[in-house]
Amino acid sequence: MSVRRLDPNQPDSFEFTAENKAWAEGQIKKYPDGRQASAIISLLWRAQKQAGGWLPEPAIRYIADYLDMPHMRAMEVVTFYTMFNLSPVGEHFVQLCGTTPCWLRGSDDLKAVCKKMIGDERQVSSDGKLSWMEVECLGACANAPMVQINDDFYEDLDAENFEKLLTDLKEGRPVKVGPQSDRKGSEPAGQLTSLTKVGGAD
Amino acid sequence: MLQDKDRIFTNLYGLDDYGLEGARRRGDWDNTKDLIAKGRDWIIDEMKQSGLRGRGGAGFPTGLKWSFMPKESDGRPHYLVVNADESEPGTCKDREIMRHDPHKLVEGCLVAGFAMGANAGYIYVRGEFIFEREQLQRAVDQAYDAGLLGKNAADSGWDFELYIVHGAGAYICGEETALIESLEGKKGMPRLKPPFPANVGLYGAPTTVNNVESIAVAPTILRRGASWFGGLGRPNNTGTKVFSISGHVNNPCNVEEEMGIPLKELIEKHCGGVRGGWDNLLAVIPGGSSVPLLPKSICDTVLMDFDSLKDVQSGLGTAAVIVMDKSTDVIKAIARLSAFYKHESCGQCTPCREGTGWMWRVMERLVTGEAEVEEIEMLLDVTKRVEGHTICALGDAAAWPVQGLIRHFRPVIEERIATRKAGGAAPVAAE
Repeated sequence: MSVRRLDPNQPDSFEFTAENKAWAEGQIKKYPDGRQASAIISLLWRAQKQAGGWLPEPAIRYIADYLDMPHMRAMEVVTFYTMFNLSPVGEHFVQLCGTTPCWLRGSDDLKAVCKKMIGDERQVSSDGKLSWMEVECLGACANAPMVQINDDFYEDLDAENFEKLLTDLKEGRPVKVGPQSDRKGSEPAGQLTSLTKVGGAD
Repeated sequence: MLQDKDRIFTNLYGLDDYGLEGARRRGDWDNTKDLIAKGRDWIIDEMKQSGLRGRGGAGFPTGLKWSFMPKESDGRPHYLVVNADESEPGTCKDREIMRHDPHKLVEGCLVAGFAMGANAGYIYVRGEFIFEREQLQRAVDQAYDAGLLGKNAADSGWDFELYIVHGAGAYICGEETALIESLEGKKGMPRLKPPFPANVGLYGAPTTVNNVESIAVAPTILRRGASWFGGLGRPNNTGTKVFSISGHVNNPCNVEEEMGIPLKELIEKHCGGVRGGWDNLLAVIPGGSSVPLLPKSICDTVLMDFDSLKDVQSGLGTAAVIVMDKSTDVIKAIARLSAFYKHESCGQCTPCREGTGWMWRVMERLVTGEAEVEEIEMLLDVTKRVEGHTICALGDAAAWPVQGLIRHFRPVIEERIATRKAGGAAPVAAE
C-alpha cells in the first residue's frame, strides 16, 4: 500500500473535450448495459491525459458523475491504482523501475542520473520539463534496467545513454523508443540462439 | 534443445510482421472453423490430454479449468477473461506475445471462448503496457475486419466479441478475482473463494480467467495435437514454455524452450552464460519474485519445470529466471522484493497489510546488519504467520522469498550482524 493524497492546489473544474466524450462513449459500449462503471479506469486515464498528466479532484468528480457512480467510489479507484497521479508531473514523466531485476543491472545508477538532472523524486524540474519517481516492476526485465517516460518504454539503459536520453527530451530532440542498445526486442544480444529464420520454422 | 519447428511463438522477437498477414504466414487462423467444428468436448479433452498447465504461475491444468464452466447456460452469459496483467518481477513474456504475436492470443480467445460457451471475452492488460495494448487492439481490429471475430466468427457459426481493457498499475489485479473486481470498476481487492469464478465471476456470471500464454498456445496445440505437445517435456510437466531470463547473465532474453530444460543449459545456451562464468553464480530465483531462491549448488543440476522445482522447495511460477552473481548483496536483493510486496499489498487482509511492512522493515535491518541474531528466527516466524492466512496468495508470495533467503543464506545474514556488532561496516556489494 502507498500513501495517496490529493494535491492542495486544484483547478475549479474539469470537462472532457468533445473528442474525448465521443471516445468515452465507445469505451462504455464495451460493457453490458448498466455496467458502465467498468469503464472507470480507462476514462480516468483519459482524463489524466487531458489534464496534462495528473488527475485533479474536479476530474475525479466529473468521471464519477459521467458514469453515474458515487464520488467516493471513483475516489477509491483513483487512490488504489498508482498510475493515477494526484499531483502535477513534468512534461516528460519518468517512471524508473527499481525492483530487483532492474536493480541487479544498475537501476541505482539511473536513479543517480535522475537526482542529478531533475532533482528529488516527485519534484517537477523548474522548467516543467521533467519529473521522476521510482516505481515497481514494469515488466521488461530482460531489457533491464529500464524506465517508462509518459507512454513509452526505454530499455537497456546505463548512466551514459540515460543521461543523453533525458537531455534530448529536455531539449526537444527526437529520441529512440525501446532498447537503447542494438537489440530490437528481448532477443539475446548478438547471435540469435533460436528463431534464426524470420517468419517461422519452415 | 528445442528445435525451431517445435516452437509455438515463431515471432517472439518481432522480427516478422505482427499483423494478420504475417500471422497467417506463420500458420495462425488456418481453418479455425474446423477446430471449432470438432466441438466443445473434443477441444476440452484435447487440452486435458496435452497436459498444459496454466502459464500464469500457479500451474493449474488448463483443460480442467475450462471443464469447470457450466455445460449449459442458465440464462447468464459466460465470460472468458484473459489475464494480461503481467507484473510479477522478472516476468516479461506475455508482453512479447501481445506486441509481436498477438494473433495467437486473439485466435486462442475465440477457440477458448467457444469451448467454454462464452460469446464475449475481455483481455485485461496491465496499465503500463500502453504500446502492447494498442498493438493488441490493432490485431483485434484486423480480426474483426477479416470476419474472424464478431457474428459467426471465422465462419464457425459461433458469435464472439473480444474487448481489450486495462488496469492502472496494481500488481494485485493479476490475482483472478481481484482482476474481476477491477474489470467491474472497483478497487482490485481479491474475493473470497468459493464461489469460484466458474460459477460466480464477472458480473456474477460464469467466468474463466486464463493467462495470456495459456490461451495463446491453445490453437497450436489443437492443430498439432495433444500428443505433440504432451510429447515435449516430462510427464505432468509437458510442452514448451517462454522463459524470461534477467539479471547477471551476459545476454538476458526471452526464449521459448522445452519444459524441463536444465537451468544451467537454459542460461548457457541462450544467455551467454552467467556473468563471469558459471562458478561466479551465487543464486537464482527460478520463477518470478514470489518463489524462493536457489543457491548455486541446486542450480547446477535442477530442471526447469513445476515438479522439479517444487522438489527443491521452490517453484516454476511464471518461469522468470532472475540470476545473481557473486557480486550481489543477496540480502538487499530480497529486501527490495519485500519492499515490492509491501507496496503492492491491497490492504484487505491484516496479516498481509501489516506483515508485508514488518517483513520489509526487518529485512532492511538485516541489510545493514543492525539487528540481533534472534531477529532472524522472529522474521521467519512472521512469514509463517502471514503465509496461508490471507484471502489470496500475495501474502504467501511475500513470505516465500524471505523464507528462501533464510533457508539458504542464514550464515550470510549472521555474519553481517556479527560484523556490525564488531564495529565493522556492513559489506557493500558491487551494485
